[in-house]
Amino acid sequence: MENDDRKRDYVLRTVEERGVRLIRLWFTDVLGRHKSVAISPAELETVFDEGLQFDGSSIDGFSRIQESDVLAVPDPGTFELLPWAAEDEPSGTMFCDITQLDGSPFPGDPRQVLRRNLTRARDAGFEMFCAPEVEFFYFAEANRGIPQPLDGASYFDLTTADVSSDLRKRTLHMLEALSIPVEYSFHEDSPSQHEIDLQYTDALSMADAVMTLRLTVKKIALEQGVHATFMPKPLNGVQGSGMHTHLSLFRDGQNAFHGPDGDEGLSDVGKGFIAGLLRHAREITAVTNQLVNSYKRINEGYEAPRFVSWARNNRSALVRVPIIKPGKTQSTRVEYRVLDPACNPYLAYAVILAAGLRGIEAGYELPAEAEANLHELGPDELSTIGVEPLPSNLAEALDEMEASELVRETLGDHIFEWFLRNKRAEWNEYQRQVTPFELEHYLPTW
Amino acid sequence: MDPLLIFPEPAPPELAQALDLGGWSWKSIGDPDAAIAEEPDGGWTGAIVVADVDPEGALAMCRRLRRGELPLEPLLLLVTANQLEDLKLREDLYDDFCVLPIRPVELSARLRHLFWKTGRGTRPDLVEYGPLALNVETYQAAIDGQPLDLTYMEYELLKFLASHPGRVFTRETLLSRVWGYDYYGGARTVDVHIRRLRSKLGEEHAGLIHTVRSVGYRFGQSRWGV
Repeated sequence: MENDDRKRDYVLRTVEERGVRLIRLWFTDVLGRHKSVAISPAELETVFDEGLQFDGSSIDGFSRIQESDVLAVPDPGTFELLPWAAEDEPSGTMFCDITQLDGSPFPGDPRQVLRRNLTRARDAGFEMFCAPEVEFFYFAEANRGIPQPLDGASYFDLTTADVSSDLRKRTLHMLEALSIPVEYSFHEDSPSQHEIDLQYTDALSMADAVMTLRLTVKKIALEQGVHATFMPKPLNGVQGSGMHTHLSLFRDGQNAFHGPDGDEGLSDVGKGFIAGLLRHAREITAVTNQLVNSYKRINEGYEAPRFVSWARNNRSALVRVPIIKPGKTQSTRVEYRVLDPACNPYLAYAVILAAGLRGIEAGYELPAEAEANLHELGPDELSTIGVEPLPSNLAEALDEMEASELVRETLGDHIFEWFLRNKRAEWNEYQRQVTPFELEHYLPTW
Repeated sequence: MDPLLIFPEPAPPELAQALDLGGWSWKSIGDPDAAIAEEPDGGWTGAIVVADVDPEGALAMCRRLRRGELPLEPLLLLVTANQLEDLKLREDLYDDFCVLPIRPVELSARLRHLFWKTGRGTRPDLVEYGPLALNVETYQAAIDGQPLDLTYMEYELLKFLASHPGRVFTRETLLSRVWGYDYYGGARTVDVHIRRLRSKLGEEHAGLIHTVRSVGYRFGQSRWGV
C-alpha cells in the first residue's frame, strides 16, 4: 500500500504542478460503454481516500435490488493528462474500480471481473498478454440510414487527399501520448475501413487501452465532423470490423506457449490453452460478440471465422497460431479471430482467459489442425472432420452461454444474469422488427 | 539524502571532519557484509574507501560494492602516493581517486564532480542528463524545457534509469527496483514501459534509452564509449 500512497502523491503533485483543472474519472458499464464523471482538483484527495459515491442504478448492469449506491475508486497508476485538452484547461483522467460502500469489489464492475480472473491466472503462475487489431469505419455522418464511407480506397491504398488518413495520423499521435503504443495502422480492405494494431501489454492495461482507443478514435473523428464506428458490420456486401487479438501467457518471464522445436513449436500449456478456447468457444461467443449485428459479420461469404477450429497458417480458422521468426520464441502466441470491437474488452478477455486456463488445468487434448479452407467445405464435410460452427446469431450464442458453468463462474452471478436478461431483451426486440430486407423482398410480391 | 558509505570503521578523523564540514551525511562501515546489511532503503548515495591502513580490506570492499545487483557509484578511493602503482588494472573498481593526506576542498570538489557525472547533479532533488531534467520533489520531468506527460510508472522508470546513466540493467533488476511487486505482466512489463517512454521522449530523444541485446537497457552513453 506504500506504493499506492506514492502513486496518489504523484497524481496530486502533478495535478498541482501542471495546473490541471478537471479530472475525468472513467469506468465501464456491463455492455462495455465508456462512462465518465468529472471532478475538480479540490475533490481529488477525498475521492482517493473515500471514493466517489454515485447511484449505480443509472448505469447499465450496475443496478441491484436493495442498495444502489456504489463507489468509484480511481486507480492512480492509470493517471494521464488528456492530450486533446485545451492548453488553458489541462485535464487529467484515471480509470476507476467500482466498489460497494464497504469497499469490497462491486460484482457489476467489468474491470474487477478481469482483475479477479487475472489474479487467478497469476496464482497458477501465468501472466496474460494481449495485442488486439482493432478495425473500424469512418462515415460522413452518424445519422440513421445508409452510412456514407469517406473514400473508396482499399487495403494499403495510398490516397493522397485522404481525410481519413489524416484522422488516423492524429489519432495515433494522441494514442502514443496516452501511453498506448501502436504497432501498425493501415487502411483495411473495405471502403473507409481502418485498422489500428496495438503493441502487446498485460490484459488489464490492454482492456483499459481498448476503451481509451475507442473514445480517442471517435473524438478525433468528431472534431472533423466525421463519425467513427466500431459496429461490427455497418455495410452490406463488404467485410465487417473485427478485433482479432493475439494472446500469450508468460511464466517466470518466459513465454509459456513456446515448446521445443519439432513439436509444432507449442508447449503443453500452449496446446491446452488452444484446446480450452476451442472447447468453450461457443459458450463465450455471446461475450466476445455481443450485438445482434455481430453475427452479420461472422456470416458466410466473408473472411471472419465461422467454425470452431485452429490452424497454423489458415486464416479461416477461429484460432490461428502465427508462425514466428526463427529464434523469436518470446513471440509465440495464438490469435483469437472472432472477437469484434463492439465487445466489452474486460469481459471478453476474462472469458477468453478462463477458457484457455480451463484447457490447461483440465489437460484438454488439442484436436487436429484444420488444413483446408473451412469456408469452402460443405456441412457434411465439416461434420466428418468434427468441426462445429460458431453460433449463427445472438439467440443461439445466449443459449450456449446460459448453459455454461465456465462463463457463469468467470463473470460472477450478477453480470452473468444481468447480461443474459439484457441481451435476450435486445434479441426479442430485434425479432419484432420489420427489416428493409423484408420490405424489399416481400412487399412487391405478396 | 541517504548517507555515503565510508570505509574503514571507524572513519579516519580527518575524513570525518572534512565530510561534516562539507555538509555530507555519512556512515562508516567495517566490512562488505555490513555494507549490505546496513544499506539504507534508498541505497548508499556513494562511497569513500580509504586504503592506507588496510589495502586488502579496502579493495575487497570496492569489489563487493561494484559487484552487486546494483553496482554502487560513485566510488571515491583514497590512497597514499606509494599505492598509486597498485591501481593499475583495477580501474573498474572506482570512479575517481584522491591522494592522501586529505585536503577538504579537493575532497568536496571531487565529490561534486562525481555526483554531476553520475547524473545526480549538484542538487539532491534534481536528476539531470543532457536535455533531460527530473525533479524528484515535484515528480515533474522535462526534456529541452518541455514538460513530459508521464504515468507514475513511466516516471519512476525514467527516474531510475536517468539516475544511473551508462549502466546496463536487466529487465529483472528494473522490475525489482522500480516496480516491486505491484504490477501485472512480469518482466515483459519493462519492455512495454520502455516502448512508451521512448514514444513520450519523442523521436529526437528516444535514443537516450538504448536496448542492449539479450541483456536489457541502458540510459545515456555507455561508460566505455561503445
